[in-house]
Amino acid sequence: MSHRTFVWLCLLPLAVVTTAFFLLPMARLVVTGAEGPQGLAGYLAILTEPRYRATLINTVLLASATTVVTLVVATVAGMFLQRHRFPGRAVLIAMLTFPLAFPGVVVGFLIILLAGRQGLIGDLTSRAFGEKLVFAYSIYGLFLGYLYFSIPRVILTIMAAVQKLDVGLEEAARSLGASPWAVQRDVVLPALGPAFVASGAIAFATAMGAFGTAFTLATNIDVLPMLIYTEFTLAANFATSAALSVGLGIIAWAILALARSFSGGTVAAAG
Amino acid sequence: MRDRLIFTAQLLFTLLVAAFLVVPAILSITAGITVNYFQGIRSGVTLQWVFQVWELYAGTILLSFVIAFATLVVTLLAGVPAAYALHVRGGRLSRIVEEVITLPLAIPGLAIALALLLTYQGFSDFRRSWLFILTGHVIFTMPFMVRSVMAVFATVDIKTLDEGAASLGAAPWRRFLDVIVPNAVPGILAGSLMVVTLSLGEFNLTWMLHTPLTKTLPIGLADAYASMRLEVASAYTLIFFVMIIPLLVAMQLFADKEQAR
Repeated sequence: MSHRTFVWLCLLPLAVVTTAFFLLPMARLVVTGAEGPQGLAGYLAILTEPRYRATLINTVLLASATTVVTLVVATVAGMFLQRHRFPGRAVLIAMLTFPLAFPGVVVGFLIILLAGRQGLIGDLTSRAFGEKLVFAYSIYGLFLGYLYFSIPRVILTIMAAVQKLDVGLEEAARSLGASPWAVQRDVVLPALGPAFVASGAIAFATAMGAFGTAFTLATNIDVLPMLIYTEFTLAANFATSAALSVGLGIIAWAILALARSFSGGTVAAAG
Repeated sequence: MRDRLIFTAQLLFTLLVAAFLVVPAILSITAGITVNYFQGIRSGVTLQWVFQVWELYAGTILLSFVIAFATLVVTLLAGVPAAYALHVRGGRLSRIVEEVITLPLAIPGLAIALALLLTYQGFSDFRRSWLFILTGHVIFTMPFMVRSVMAVFATVDIKTLDEGAASLGAAPWRRFLDVIVPNAVPGILAGSLMVVTLSLGEFNLTWMLHTPLTKTLPIGLADAYASMRLEVASAYTLIFFVMIIPLLVAMQLFADKEQAR
């Protein structure tokens, strides 16, 4: 057997699995999306149908808010942890990254324990102000849940990027008389740009497609994944749910592809 | 003085974020071993909820392990040779293949599950067995195995080793088993940890693919969250933590060791 044949053989199992259980099903999904009463126009329903459009806007706003707040929180904490050495630092880093592998359902449950009917926040507020604050099942609860699973992902990327920063540039800026804020604004933050774009895109795409958290919180707020789920299981509306999932998939993929070309381009330009 | 103030403010902020992530997990752990969560820990500590979860949901825990292990076997058998082939072949086709198998990371699990359902709902025996869930987990975790192994190949000069063994007359499959695989061990281990951890916690795909007879641990969790008392749901979550946290720690140690090299 020649080396060439062997290399092809090595690819065969992956090719079979990917074709049978990913490429063919995805093709089927795209075809099904156009099999509804409206045909191909079913794909436009996500934009033209008021209910779907409102859900799309809701989801995009929620995902954007999650991304922005996560980036701010992760940058402050990540920069601090990477730049200072103090006892307990390793434990703190472990605490900030351990929810990385929690499924969305578990995150939803943790939010219920924090802000639900028997939650800690409700307990504390009823003792302090005599009024129970319960917001786990509202859009704020969902937002808190999205923050919960986004922060660990983003903080790791930011810490890695801070580690690679050239400290000499900051010292140069300082020796030229720049104030600490100016150094942050003009030297540190621009240098972290590619990391912001890359990790922000991941946070955004994850938030767009997150299903488990919304499912557990059983909110009546419509986010796109919940809409797809109810269209499919309750309404048995296969064509619509397929068209909506293709739309959701394209949005998530496009954001990631765009971010990669952008941050990749910047990295190349700097090199 | 000013630096001191900034340091303290940043430390407090970081502690607050850590509290946000850790406090709910601690609440859940204590609720799982409290006699009555509403009355608080004063009501006493018990393992009765953990035992109750075991009675009700042992099957889901077992199935999760079976699926995670099967996912690992399939991703190893298909992913490791493929990573080798993609590395030595290089070029445009390899990049396209890598791109395609990485797509499941970008496309939400719900969409992939829907696609699998629409394609295979006619094959009712397959649809009803746990193998159907396995296909979803394999597609979702494959990129982690392939990329992790390829990352090792990028640092070891695999081509020279391979050619050296070839010049000594070793057949391709012999070289693969005796030269390539041993050199890829760090990547295989890191990839395996990732695959098992992700498979054990996978919900988005599994919720769509499961049947009443093929429930995995996260499915059971969702079930308990919706219908069981808080203590039982918490005890179940506690069992999940006990399973997943050693894997996370192992992954972290592994990453640290790789970085130290």
